[in-house]
Amino acid sequence: MAIGQILIVAAAALFWGLVMRERGRSHFLLIASILVIFWLQPALPLRGFDFWLPAATLVITVFSWYITAPEETRRERGNWVAAAVIAGTALLLNLTRFLPFDSILTGARPPQTGIFLFVLGAAGILLLLTTRLMRFNAAFLSISIIGLIIVFLAIKVPALTYWVSYGLRSLTHQSLAQAKVADLRWLGFSYVAFRILHTLRDRQMGRLPAANLAEYVTYVIFFPSFTAGPIDRIERFIQDLRRPQDKPKNDDLLIAGQRFTMGLFKKFVVADALALIALNDTNALQVHGAGWTWILLYAYSLQIYFDFSGYTDIAIGTSRLLGFQLPENFSAPYLKPNLTQFWNNWHMTLTQWFRAYFFNPVTRWLRSWNRPLPMPAMILLTQVATMVLIGFWHGVTWNFTLWGLWHGLGLFIHNRWSDLTRARAAAWGTTPLRKNLLAVSGALITFHYVALGWIFFALSSTSVSLLVFSKLFGLK
Amino acid sequence: MKNDIKFINILIKGFTLFILLNGIFALWQPGKGQVSAYNVIFPGRQRLPFGENSAQAYNLSLFNLDAMFASHVINSGQKPGDEFRVLLIGDSSVWGTLLKPEETLSGQLNSANLSACGKQVNVYNLGYPTISLTKDALLLSYGMKYQPDLVIWLTTLEAFPLEKQIASPLVANNREALLGLQGSYGLEFDPQDPAFVQPSAWDRSIPGQRRALADVFRLQLYGVMWAATGIDQTYPADYTPAQTDLEADPKFREAEPPVLDEKSLALNALETGFRIVDGTPVLLVNEPMLISPGANGDIRYNFFYPRWAYDRYRDMMAGLSGRNGWHYLDLWDLVPVDEFTNSAIHLTPNGESLLAGRIASVLPGMCK
Repeated sequence: MAIGQILIVAAAALFWGLVMRERGRSHFLLIASILVIFWLQPALPLRGFDFWLPAATLVITVFSWYITAPEETRRERGNWVAAAVIAGTALLLNLTRFLPFDSILTGARPPQTGIFLFVLGAAGILLLLTTRLMRFNAAFLSISIIGLIIVFLAIKVPALTYWVSYGLRSLTHQSLAQAKVADLRWLGFSYVAFRILHTLRDRQMGRLPAANLAEYVTYVIFFPSFTAGPIDRIERFIQDLRRPQDKPKNDDLLIAGQRFTMGLFKKFVVADALALIALNDTNALQVHGAGWTWILLYAYSLQIYFDFSGYTDIAIGTSRLLGFQLPENFSAPYLKPNLTQFWNNWHMTLTQWFRAYFFNPVTRWLRSWNRPLPMPAMILLTQVATMVLIGFWHGVTWNFTLWGLWHGLGLFIHNRWSDLTRARAAAWGTTPLRKNLLAVSGALITFHYVALGWIFFALSSTSVSLLVFSKLFGLK
Repeated sequence: MKNDIKFINILIKGFTLFILLNGIFALWQPGKGQVSAYNVIFPGRQRLPFGENSAQAYNLSLFNLDAMFASHVINSGQKPGDEFRVLLIGDSSVWGTLLKPEETLSGQLNSANLSACGKQVNVYNLGYPTISLTKDALLLSYGMKYQPDLVIWLTTLEAFPLEKQIASPLVANNREALLGLQGSYGLEFDPQDPAFVQPSAWDRSIPGQRRALADVFRLQLYGVMWAATGIDQTYPADYTPAQTDLEADPKFREAEPPVLDEKSLALNALETGFRIVDGTPVLLVNEPMLISPGANGDIRYNFFYPRWAYDRYRDMMAGLSGRNGWHYLDLWDLVPVDEFTNSAIHLTPNGESLLAGRIASVLPGMCK
């Protein structure tokens, strides 16, 4: 998000929080969130897709609500109103194509209204048919989860994305030779998918709280956290949503202001400055000398932290104005004395998601075997698999796979190491000085391990990543 | 935190501090370019900062002369006693468009390991990519505080037209410095020329100068990349070569043959440069240019010049130098057509080598 967009979003939140407060709050949050997902979606080379992708986000979200909502609540009047608001807002956005100037709410001129209405109608009919023909049991939910994962993979696996782009270009009679991965830059979908997967799985497990359509859609595309998280849990989110909003207290305003200002500073001053000297595909080939290569790597390590945690601060500060206390995503991760603690404090909501929906269930399943694997093998398998999946969340490429492997192995090694040395470390670290020494040396080692892992994350090619490793250690 | 904090009080205090700080900043105008990480943390740059593609060139164009010179290797410390210090002044051909630092004229002269007047020759590239004698005089005035033993000033007719003098953004954004040259050395220009950027009170505040401040900060950060890569411009794999098939246009700007009116040329800026150096030897060089063998080569030498205008200019420079006793080297046709890159004045490394060899041959005779 550009700084101008962030300030507009924050101004809207401040206005509603201070002036309107409870009046029309749920509709404001719903409509604002819908507007924002269209507004932030960048223009795409694929004609009309900067409109169709946010529209698809809405359709997927509404479908997901329908299959997760208790049957008796689906047809409540409020849900029909919310459906009308969602469709109406999208239609109004589509109608901006008739304005005499370029639309400021969509990446490019929206597609023809007739086609949009046809697609809208088709989506409605599909929903009705699904209702009539299907039972939303556990199997159906599993199929939905798999379907969502397939869509996710289609935009995360470069080869697949390319072929999807090729197909869409063929469908829309655009140059096939121009097909490329960037054609399908679907803003915010990684977060949307994970929020929806959480609700589908919780519904399957029978622990999803009832939420009406407006609440569900607002949760999935909540505008302050749409592009960069955090990934909230729906049961926590709707508590804040349903809590009556009094006039914001000075504390709320101050905390919101502090977080927001700190976020702007982290992102637009620190991170953007570090970006000038951070490791990237170009300078990785140009840099000479191990010392300078380390400096570029340190710059990248700090940049990614300040960038990401800055956006989180902005999201937390903005939502606080609207009465939401979004979960924290970062807690001084680079100061943690080991890799396990690093991952407990880096992108916390994502790691909690994976812990809840992958690591814990898989561990339970492995333990349930008649002849379970030895404990170290089980730890290795689950940690590596979890971290590789977290890598895939960023993109299904060799480098993200290596990054996941790097951290999976690191977590395993730390787990084994701490088992071996825990007693000895406790016996040695009996004075505050020794304890501090252990903590500082642990933090330094952890930071450098994480920083070396960023090489795979920052660069797109494995061979260039290995070249950087060799430069760092004076081998090139 | 207590609930009795008055939000309005915070706003009032914040606003008051904002006004106060900006008032002090606007009145004081601290020398924000004089502190530099170059020559302290990072090696000084081999040429003045200039860049149109910062992210790839690790370089940027800014107008703060203090910051520009502070980032240059010439600012690295006291001049050694055994150094014969040479300043190179000129346009993009001296700065070295498309050339690596070691391939530029200064780089090639330095690698020749020359000595003059019993001292080691060290050449500093103070060229800057815009063509204007006034810009050259401005940079020369800044360069003089580094105690040169010789100034080599490369120029060409395109630097002379009056309308080109303030067109350089570096000049347009340094009106105060130019007023200093007007007062001290008689540089002629119109201080009210609309081409000048004249800062308002807001422009002198911190928010008003945010761009300039950010540029100085970015210049320091790019010091990391300069030190780490030695790169200070982009080197495209292919570029459009200098034009050799030319229009049959006999005009030089608005001038038609046969009169090249000296009043339309900034001869005063050239003379001002000689006053600025105050006795330090100057070698004035008419820089090499492409002589087109292509279409209409009988009418024009190249994209810039019709033959008649350039011939008049050469005559004028020879006469002017003779009358004033200037050391003048006319190297207009030194470099063959194949040794130009993307402009009629931009040389290949081989072209620069030819030029360096010719200039090196006259250096020993340039003692004070």
